[in-house]
Amino acid sequence: MLSRTADHLFWMARYMERAENTARMLDVNYQTSLLPQSADMSEQGWRGLLSISELTGSYAQRFKEVSAMHVMEFMVLDEKNPSSILSCLRAARENARAVRGALTTEVWETQNQTWLEFNRLLREGAFDRDPGTFFEWVKFRSHLSRGVTVGTMLQDEALHFLRIGTFLERADNTARLLDVKFHALAGEYFGAGNVKESQEVDFYHWSAILRSVSGFEVYRKVYRNVIRPERVAELLILRPDMPRSLAACMNEVVANLELVANQGSSETLRRAGRLRSDLQYGRIDEILATGLHAYLTQFLDRVGDLGVGISRDFLVPMAA
Amino acid sequence: MKAPYDEMHAAAQEVRRQYRVYERWLERQPPETMRSRRDEAEMIFRRVGITFAVYGAKDEEGAGTERLIPFDLIPRVIPGDEWASMEAGLRQRVTALNRFIHDVYHDQEILKAGIVPTEQVLKNSQFRPEMMGVAVPGNVYAHISGIDIVRAGNADGSGSYYVLEDNLRVPSGVSYMLENRKMMMRLFPELFSMHRVAPVAHYPDLLLETLRAVAPAGVNEPTVVVLTPGMYNSAYFEHTFLAQQMGIELVEGQDLFVKDGFVYMRTTQGPKRVDVVYRRVDDDFLDPLAFRADSTLGCEGLLDVYRAGNITLANAIGTGIADDKSIYPYVPKMIDFYHGEKPILHNVPTYLCRDAEDLKYVLAHMAELVIKEVHGAGGYGMLVGPAASRGEIEEFRAVLQARPDNYIAQPTLSLSTCPTFVESGVAPRHIDLRPFVLSGKEVQMVPGGLTRVALKQGSLVVNSSQGGGTKDTWVLED
Repeated sequence: MLSRTADHLFWMARYMERAENTARMLDVNYQTSLLPQSADMSEQGWRGLLSISELTGSYAQRFKEVSAMHVMEFMVLDEKNPSSILSCLRAARENARAVRGALTTEVWETQNQTWLEFNRLLREGAFDRDPGTFFEWVKFRSHLSRGVTVGTMLQDEALHFLRIGTFLERADNTARLLDVKFHALAGEYFGAGNVKESQEVDFYHWSAILRSVSGFEVYRKVYRNVIRPERVAELLILRPDMPRSLAACMNEVVANLELVANQGSSETLRRAGRLRSDLQYGRIDEILATGLHAYLTQFLDRVGDLGVGISRDFLVPMAA
Repeated sequence: MKAPYDEMHAAAQEVRRQYRVYERWLERQPPETMRSRRDEAEMIFRRVGITFAVYGAKDEEGAGTERLIPFDLIPRVIPGDEWASMEAGLRQRVTALNRFIHDVYHDQEILKAGIVPTEQVLKNSQFRPEMMGVAVPGNVYAHISGIDIVRAGNADGSGSYYVLEDNLRVPSGVSYMLENRKMMMRLFPELFSMHRVAPVAHYPDLLLETLRAVAPAGVNEPTVVVLTPGMYNSAYFEHTFLAQQMGIELVEGQDLFVKDGFVYMRTTQGPKRVDVVYRRVDDDFLDPLAFRADSTLGCEGLLDVYRAGNITLANAIGTGIADDKSIYPYVPKMIDFYHGEKPILHNVPTYLCRDAEDLKYVLAHMAELVIKEVHGAGGYGMLVGPAASRGEIEEFRAVLQARPDNYIAQPTLSLSTCPTFVESGVAPRHIDLRPFVLSGKEVQMVPGGLTRVALKQGSLVVNSSQGGGTKDTWVLED
């Protein structure tokens, strides 16, 4: 397969996954902001979201104040923000269009339809009317896109590169999501003092995180216990059976990388395998002892490095 | 002025034989049904993404530069016997054109015989000296030819087909021919049980067979690719469509490189050799080392590999010498020269403005003539005399006198019309036809071609970039 074709497939999948995760992240913040809480607390949530998406600077160029309305607008509609849902869906569709010959008709039409429909929904004011339903729509278009891919495509390189894109992006996004939340409200557990007992607030915040990764019911099923931050972290980092966990994502990345391996890719495979084993044999108490933020920062660096390696070995090398 | 030849009606109440069944069916269709079918077609074309790009345009949705080509619901129907003679004419014409190109780049017999003026060929900007003496597999240059044909009415009410121009470089439109048929069968399956319409869906198979047949000597399992300028090219949909239908890679210039006398593409498993390139990139952009240095669409060193016979380009470099409008008037003589036959398909009488006598006539009759740029395409840079204002004519006169050798002129043909479903209902609109002729080991084509229709009332310009639409084209099997 052409390297350029593989590159477009990889990025098509990444952008679609990113659109979904941006929607998930916004949704959880939006839902949380509906809870009774101080204005400070709410603003902190939105700030955290920008910082973890590495968008604080570009946001500040557009808006002075951090408010729910502006952040959501910036993350959904802003053409200049490369991580906005609009930018992601457009990029996913452009990448698909560039290689539509390598996709099944259903996969291409799903991507194309998502973009056309997205524009229609915006025109009709669906987002302003009901952000929650709108985010739900984005999630389901992503489900559909993944499903039609797995359900119709030949299981060859094209599919493997799509899968690598999906899971590399998801690993990155889940790590960011965890980081932003622990960062914003878990100071009392994993860092600074300020031990203010508030079981109730905790419950709602942690369950919101779980819901954002469709993990609420999963948590109940796995732990059959009250919601504790360290268990949430364990579920989203180490559980290989939790589909959005870092461990599950890396399992998929490694499995698909092995299927496309070529003569020059052994170092990239080694690094991917090593990252996976760290998750496979890691323990949550060790991770928390090092500090969750430090751990996730390092994880994000290693995922970024993996992306560069994959591009260099198989795709169109990223510009330095 | 008398009414032009209509493809459906011989007279107000008289329906031509090939349309009898269709016309009765059409009468029974309520306008709302037709309208909803048309909306359905538009919705499907948009969803499937059958669009073409308009250079420099951007719509308010930011959806960028993609437009739909309007699709008309009423088919253009050609009787089987008319097609049989047209097919024979196309075969004759395209083989003569291929012989001509080979001749021009080798012994130049036709120039020596004084049939085509030497300076007209050798001083033509479309003549590629790089191609002199280069052998190409099977001596085929124009593997894919799009021959534009129109029908014009005669004084006695009959109609005759004329070749308007030959497109031997990178003719496009075949994907619309295929998609239009698919659409018609989806919207009106019942019509296909009422008519025996010759199928066209095997075109990609014939194309692949043609391309494989012209692989460099000694290559048994050739790797064939389609070379596209990229997704912002107006025909990008067609490039992806054809690559997908043939199951071959769609490459861009950046995917190719030359090493040790061969062309390779970059793949996820390392370099892979390429043997045949169906290129949808113009000569000028193919190789920055040989042609335009600023081109990023081609592949450095491609020409050397080509001249060494290690890769086949379809179409060959330099075919433009045979479809140039200044060469067009000599095609009937070429057919006589190479085949010793009378042309089956007629040319439109053409005045060469480079010729003093012809120029004098053209300047005196500008209001009656169509004047075209020799290398023009897409309906740009032309004057349609009868439709032009006096001011426009005078403006054009200055342009023409400044560079007469850059123009040819033809009488305004009254192009035939075909009933077309427009806002006001069913009304006649002018049409043309572009059959696609494939030359490999043998000459092959699917029945019919792409019918283009000028949707504006009275307009003769069928180009999609200027508001033209398309129709499904039926050749009836008797």
